[in-house]
Amino acid sequence: MKPVKTIGCDEALKHLLEYLDQELGAAKHREVEHHIEVCRSCFSRTEFEQRLKNRLRDAGRESSGESFEERIKTLLRRF
Amino acid sequence: MDREWFEGRVIGLLDELLGAALRLAKNRHDAEDLVAETVTKAWANRRSLKDAERFRPWIFRILTNAFLSECRKRAARPTADVAVDDAGETDASFSLFEELHQPFLLWWSNPEKEFLNKLLREDLERAVDALPETFRTVVVLAELEGLAYGEIAGILGVPVGTVRSRLARARGQLQKALWVHAQEAGLTRPARKPVEVSHEASEDDRV
Ligand SMILES: [Zn+2]
Repeated sequence: MKPVKTIGCDEALKHLLEYLDQELGAAKHREVEHHIEVCRSCFSRTEFEQRLKNRLRDAGRESSGESFEERIKTLLRRF
Repeated sequence: MDREWFEGRVIGLLDELLGAALRLAKNRHDAEDLVAETVTKAWANRRSLKDAERFRPWIFRILTNAFLSECRKRAARPTADVAVDDAGETDASFSLFEELHQPFLLWWSNPEKEFLNKLLREDLERAVDALPETFRTVVVLAELEGLAYGEIAGILGVPVGTVRSRLARARGQLQKALWVHAQEAGLTRPARKPVEVSHEASEDDRV
């Protein structure tokens, strides 16, 4: 495997969210990953962005409750 | 497609479908109707699902399209938010972390972490709801439901590059809204600047 190209904070931060979304190409992903491992400030930033993402992910689930689930099941039974 | 299999998948995803619908429609009543409409449409179009593994993005596509066509009907504006791709250019670079992060604080103090701990789900919901429809849609699909950019591009019928740029701007706006709200709600401590003591002047300035 080729050695990982060293990138700076600006470059790492530019790609950070796409890195967390697993949307970078393999080479760029490794560059960002490597930078975060060696840079304390970008590591903290990554931790923060990941926590915020987790909180948003939680907000994407809404307890449907029995009555709504029943409504959908009734609907499904008619199919 | 087997009806029982379909039912199992729908019930398994119900909380996620409702979560997305709620942030899109912004109220529980319309959200429930949107999910019911989605389930009905999904069953009617079940043959369009070629690969059972793709059920999740497939049903979110149906949900999103049902929402967007309802919006267009209600607002009677065929090209809603048409200018939005040019908007929010500056917001893309807004970073909540940078606003919160105070590198001069002692190492055990962590204002970013403290902020997230104090942030209520309601605060996040309000910030998402405040986004313009085009940005809200992409945030719901990417952040709340974790769909891949390629899947979102397919759902919205736009290139992946557009998903990337919309998402960057939407995130910036979202973080900015959280920041403004946090300040209003007193979730952030007033920025503590290091006490600036000029060594030369300190003797004279002492009261
Ligand atoms: Zn760095």
